Amino acid sequence: MNMVSHEPYVTEDGRTIGGVLMELKNITLRFGGVVAIKDISFDVREGEIRAIIGPNGAGKSSMLNIISGFYTPSEGEVWFEGHKRPQMRPFRVAQQGIARTFQNIALFQGMSTLDNMMTGRITRMNAGLMAQALWWGKAEREESEHRAAVEKIIDFLEIQHIRKTPVGRLPYGLQKRVELGRALAAEPRLLLLDEPMAGMNVEEKEDMSRFILDVNDEFGTTIVLIEHDMGVVMDLSDRVVVMDYGKKIGDGPPEEVRANQDVIDAYLGVSHD
Amino acid sequence: MTPQGAPTGELCSIPAYLNRNVRVYGTKPAYREKEFGIWQCWTWAEAYDEIRAMALGLLALGIERGEYVAIIGRNRPAHYWAMVAAQMCGAIPVPLYQDAVAEEMAYVLEHCGARFVVCGDQEQVDKVIEVQEHVHGIEHVLYNDKRGMRKYDHTHLNWLHDIEAEGRAGHARLEPELDRRTAELTWDSTCVMLYTSGTTGKPKGAVLSNRNIIETAKASVAFDHLGQDEEVLAYLPMAWVGDFIFSIGQAMVAGFCVNCPESPETMMTDLREIGPTYYFAPPRIFETMLTNVMIRMEDAGDLKYALFHHFMEFAKTAGETYGMPRLRNKQSKPTLRRRIRGIYRYAMGIGFAIETLVENAIRLFFVKLRHPIATRAHFKARDPILNIYPQPLRDYFKYRMGDVLVYGALKNTLGLSRIRVAYTAGEAIGPEIFEFYRSLGINLKQLYGQTEASVFITQQPDGQVRSDTVGVPSPGVEVRIAENGEVYYRSPGTFVEYYKNAESTASTKDPEGWVATGDAGFFEEGTGHLRIIDRAKDVGKMADGSLFAPKYVENKLKFYPDILEVVVFGADREMCTAFINIDLTAVGNWAERNNIAYASYQELAGHPRVLETIKAHVEEVNRSVAEDAILSGCQIHRFLVLHKELDADDGELTRTRKVRRNIIAEKFADLVAALYDGSDSVYTETEVTYEDGRKGSIKATLKICDAAVQEPQHKRQVAA
Repeated sequence: MNMVSHEPYVTEDGRTIGGVLMELKNITLRFGGVVAIKDISFDVREGEIRAIIGPNGAGKSSMLNIISGFYTPSEGEVWFEGHKRPQMRPFRVAQQGIARTFQNIALFQGMSTLDNMMTGRITRMNAGLMAQALWWGKAEREESEHRAAVEKIIDFLEIQHIRKTPVGRLPYGLQKRVELGRALAAEPRLLLLDEPMAGMNVEEKEDMSRFILDVNDEFGTTIVLIEHDMGVVMDLSDRVVVMDYGKKIGDGPPEEVRANQDVIDAYLGVSHD
Repeated sequence: MTPQGAPTGELCSIPAYLNRNVRVYGTKPAYREKEFGIWQCWTWAEAYDEIRAMALGLLALGIERGEYVAIIGRNRPAHYWAMVAAQMCGAIPVPLYQDAVAEEMAYVLEHCGARFVVCGDQEQVDKVIEVQEHVHGIEHVLYNDKRGMRKYDHTHLNWLHDIEAEGRAGHARLEPELDRRTAELTWDSTCVMLYTSGTTGKPKGAVLSNRNIIETAKASVAFDHLGQDEEVLAYLPMAWVGDFIFSIGQAMVAGFCVNCPESPETMMTDLREIGPTYYFAPPRIFETMLTNVMIRMEDAGDLKYALFHHFMEFAKTAGETYGMPRLRNKQSKPTLRRRIRGIYRYAMGIGFAIETLVENAIRLFFVKLRHPIATRAHFKARDPILNIYPQPLRDYFKYRMGDVLVYGALKNTLGLSRIRVAYTAGEAIGPEIFEFYRSLGINLKQLYGQTEASVFITQQPDGQVRSDTVGVPSPGVEVRIAENGEVYYRSPGTFVEYYKNAESTASTKDPEGWVATGDAGFFEEGTGHLRIIDRAKDVGKMADGSLFAPKYVENKLKFYPDILEVVVFGADREMCTAFINIDLTAVGNWAERNNIAYASYQELAGHPRVLETIKAHVEEVNRSVAEDAILSGCQIHRFLVLHKELDADDGELTRTRKVRRNIIAEKFADLVAALYDGSDSVYTETEVTYEDGRKGSIKATLKICDAAVQEPQHKRQVAA
């Protein structure tokens, strides 16, 4: 199925899709006797928006957790930027330039939007503990650099008015946006979005879609997203991976996937004999 | 019109004033804008550099003399600069309302024939591109915010800063031409063209000359002793004449700093951070602020609640005397003396609080020893013998104490701590609202003005401020009342003409320069203050011949926090009826407190208990209207609460949020009919326009309420 050439090309709307950024080879993930993911391979190309879809329990989030280093695959290899990735702690993965948002909002509820987003910069902070505590030398210089970077993202996501508001007081849609902001603050090469639009109304979804497209367009960030709203997936993504019961049942551009009989069966349901 | 001679020196245009400010105030801040969480600042010299580069850039694109340059966007320094840059090139800036939909914009762009359009961001560019399908004059579109613009076709589209760079690059070639054009500007060349929103018909382009703007600005700066140390927040629509006068006219003449908020949502935070000394807001903003304060006080703890109400009650009597910032006779910097005075006043407040407590405790102790039983009653009565100070001194101290405990903190929260002069205009302001701000020690005044007058017609001098008048004629303005009660004025600020509309010009401005305001009013005897009753053409007769002044009744109703907007009908009819819009913030909060569940504006507006409250308000207003012998016919017999908020996008309000009476009467003809045919409910469907221009419709069955009316006083007198 993966007979797509790996030459860079330009999409209809003028974005350049580069070579392979990440490749997952024959990934299998087991929890005791349960096989969550069975022998799945796919790749993510530089600058593209890659969607992962599938019914509940298909193993989508587990897949994202493997990419982010939270789970280690039982079998198979993860290749990132042309190197095989050894087994790695999640924060190391983050340092490599992979950031993510969560299906259930995982922000620090009592902290302000700004502080939450500053935590996204942690992987890029170099000042030592003492310097941080005394607010001296490197720590001071660094902080203003990081603040400037975060402010750019605040401006980008249009959340200036909630800069100092504790996130716990914000409505759901805005919290999701702050979470996206925190992930962006890490200036990732690869951004993982786990159901960025779950539980949103149409207007919030439109906003969020626009931001995802803008992130991809303006920062050139590669995006892997899990989403249930088919309309959104079909509109946003360049290529789609379809999973069902831990297996890959489809892979390709949205139109192609939409026509795939296996995919239709998985979504509409057929009797499994 | 006799020109009153060119001003001394060469100060006869905004660019000339800019030059002077660079010379005189060079390194002082001229513009600030909050961006990336920090107040970015441009000094006069830096701003001049930017403006000049922009002007050179415009020249490079081939801008001609006398051409119109449309500017669409929110308040940002770059947009103000673009206006001045256009003037430098001999062109005329035309700011437009940024929230206007594409069709409205199309009319104005077509009418002024703008070849250059400066847009704030992608949203505005999109609208202009949409407009370009019908309007062909537009050749160059410039934008300020780069976001999302990368993929657009850039053949006729340019980033404003690229233009500046281009101007800088070609500066040797273009500079002589620019200087020549700037030097050509005279007292009578057009400074700006502003489209009046107009409660009826299509907008008209009022042409204002340099003389209009600069003389008005000069006079008003002198009137309030504005200095170069003022801080203003520019947040009102740029297309509105007020913003042009404040943020360009007065700012250039007085040389003060214009601050632009980060985004419309952060306006209140930015206001607080800047702490303006000179502030202008329509009554609606003051109303909203007050409503928010009151709602938040409801949630406050008992101590705070009691303190707040005690001191606010006290301030009503003492605020006017002890609270006002000391009047300034000449422009001065914030001196050490004033700072010391501030500290002294603060210390006085604390001192008085401690003193009162200590004194009372000691006295209580001794009195208790001697008269244990009588003590309680004695202290409750607050016998003046206990107080060693005379009443005015006590009031002064108490006000200072209130300042420390309540007023100061409240003003700080509202961002009004440093206000020296604040104006409100455009609509009548409720006496309670007005009093609230004044009693806090905020020098809130009223003015009366319009686009055609370059704002100022009358304004209230310090020390003569009241909520029911709009003040005395501004310096240099003559005002007279025609026989039918309409107010006419003649002033240095009187506009030149309506662009391409000689007919309207002639009907508004007579050959001697008198301009009809369209408002009916009268001068109060004794004080010489002008009082405005209503729009002259809205004032009419009812079927029985009694006077009908809808605005008078509407304003009385609008002063209730629950009520946002009212439209009263009754011209040539037997009785008056009204449409009422509830205020969602105030009523929503009330509903929450009273456990009333509602899902939408419509549902809340139709709730029986809401109707009951509104009915009580209407009846109260009827009682007060009945006291006025002339207007007692305007009592409201029947009313309904509208199922949707009146909105400028639906054409029901103007962009400056004034009610368009005729359009509403036409659009809701079925509802008006129902008000008069005696039915007690009516079914209706209304088309609404969403912010993105899509249309939808709302269906509702509205209940019509009857309100008790008072026997008109004059009829009773006749009977007696």
